[in-house]
Amino acid sequence: MADKILLNMITQRSIEEGIAMEIGKPSPEYFDACALIEMNEDDIKELGITPNTNVKVTSESGEVVVKAIVARQSCYRGLCHIRQSVWANQVVPPRTQSTGEPQYSGFPVIVEPAPNERIKSALECVQGAVGLWKGDE
Amino acid sequence: MPKVIKNVGCPYCGTCCDDVEVTVSDDGKRVLEVKNVCAIGTQIFMHGGDHEGRIKLPRMRQPDGSMKDVSFEEAIDYTAKVLLKAKKPLMYGFGSTNCEGHAAAARVMERSGGCLDNCASICHGSSFLAIFDNGYPSCTLGEVKNRADVVVFWGSNPAHAHPRHMSRYSIFPRGFFTGKGHNSRTVIVIDPRYTDTARVADHYLQVRQGHDYELFDAFRMVCHGHEDDIPDVVANIPKEKILEVAEIIKNARYCNFFYGMGLCHSDGRNHNIDIAISLTRDLNEFTKCTIMAMRGHYNITGPGAVWSWQFGFPYCLDLTKKTMVHMNPGETSSVDLAMRDEVDAFINIGTDAGAHFPIPAVQHLKKHPFITVDPHINMASEISDLHVPVKICGVDDGGIVYRMDNVPIQYRKVVDAPEGVPSDEEFLDAVYNRMVELEGDGFL
Repeated sequence: MADKILLNMITQRSIEEGIAMEIGKPSPEYFDACALIEMNEDDIKELGITPNTNVKVTSESGEVVVKAIVARQSCYRGLCHIRQSVWANQVVPPRTQSTGEPQYSGFPVIVEPAPNERIKSALECVQGAVGLWKGDE
Repeated sequence: MPKVIKNVGCPYCGTCCDDVEVTVSDDGKRVLEVKNVCAIGTQIFMHGGDHEGRIKLPRMRQPDGSMKDVSFEEAIDYTAKVLLKAKKPLMYGFGSTNCEGHAAAARVMERSGGCLDNCASICHGSSFLAIFDNGYPSCTLGEVKNRADVVVFWGSNPAHAHPRHMSRYSIFPRGFFTGKGHNSRTVIVIDPRYTDTARVADHYLQVRQGHDYELFDAFRMVCHGHEDDIPDVVANIPKEKILEVAEIIKNARYCNFFYGMGLCHSDGRNHNIDIAISLTRDLNEFTKCTIMAMRGHYNITGPGAVWSWQFGFPYCLDLTKKTMVHMNPGETSSVDLAMRDEVDAFINIGTDAGAHFPIPAVQHLKKHPFITVDPHINMASEISDLHVPVKICGVDDGGIVYRMDNVPIQYRKVVDAPEGVPSDEEFLDAVYNRMVELEGDGFL
């Protein structure tokens, strides 16, 4: 069992994210579809948590709290996936290797259990990052 | 009585399904039902027209952070002034607008002397770089449907990103020379994840993430007769599997490679596409082989076509010199411009940079005037100084869109937009006219 593990993260589209995005990004459907990290079952076990526990994901450019689930579109050990979304982009490095495309696939993240930390809403993530978030009032 | 409109184009992904049937209400303002459309496209149609929650007026941010409704005239005036005041404005987006909107945006940015970029900048931009270097031996989706007996999906998951692609063109349909549908095709999926697309594959290769180039290289070695020199395992794939799959592809009657973000976003980027094109070329020594980028939005191919015709470059346009255009991804691409703090105004059209740019880039862009032109509330609109609602192309506005295989399709309007809401083209043309007026009046 480990306190934290180093994984290789990718972020790509999923149909659940696509449907929820068209319903609306501030919607609960978008939150439920995207505030997740899909991992290999053995990596979740190594963290000493059960599936559906919140974890903190930290990269070179940020951190985000999301819920860890076992990937249905399975990841091998060491690979993890956050669906293309506001939450994924909290940790995607903006470096582009001179192509214009940020490093959406293949960057290191540290994943650690955070069962008592709250997952931010999409609006809180983005408005909070630019200083516009005024709370849930 | 509700009216059924047939052969409508779907405004979701690059597959551009044009067989959609839409049932609209008596008054022509609401979509009641849609057929022949995926779950994502359904949501887009059902959110079109005059329904509750649709934004009908521009919203301007107030000093206390709240948003206040303003008139379209005020929004046009504000946008024109922002563009004229800025030294280097950036206009980005265009995946979900029509080609008429792309042309109007080009007119505006040419006049204001800024940068113009589209969503390809963060998705298939590296494809353009490889295509410039190595060509594009491609085909149409109809050719895949009618001829392809081997289909390869590499770093692409159409079951999720292009939900009807497999049933309309690539796997299941019966074509002229593929009369048995799925039974007449061999499907190969190469992806680090065992995706839902992999579930329908005859052969699945679980490539190690970021090591696609090595696997392409191994396939090329087989094509050139050097299979004995391949290591026992390449990028997680055993040599025997590589030889087996290479043999299937070489013996195909017609093979097509569909590739997606797995190649463009992983290390190597344009080099991954470059070697994919080289492999395609090599395979034409044995069979007929083509390659196609799985373009995301229904009209993300459009700005590349329109701006190439207008300026000679498909994306990352720098129009600051006014008399000439240049393009240099890494320098004139949106995320790089943002990260270097080089732009002093940002206009987001038909996309959501707020949600889909890395957050450090969003933070940089938000230091300056930030305008969103989009029919819906999204993350960019919720941090904007001005949000301008427009018609939804393909639902309440018509226009030309380019499918992923560069085939242009005329999209149709099926319902009426809320009264007074302009199309992207109408809004941008009004901004252009206002800029001309302001310049004539000696603004600045």
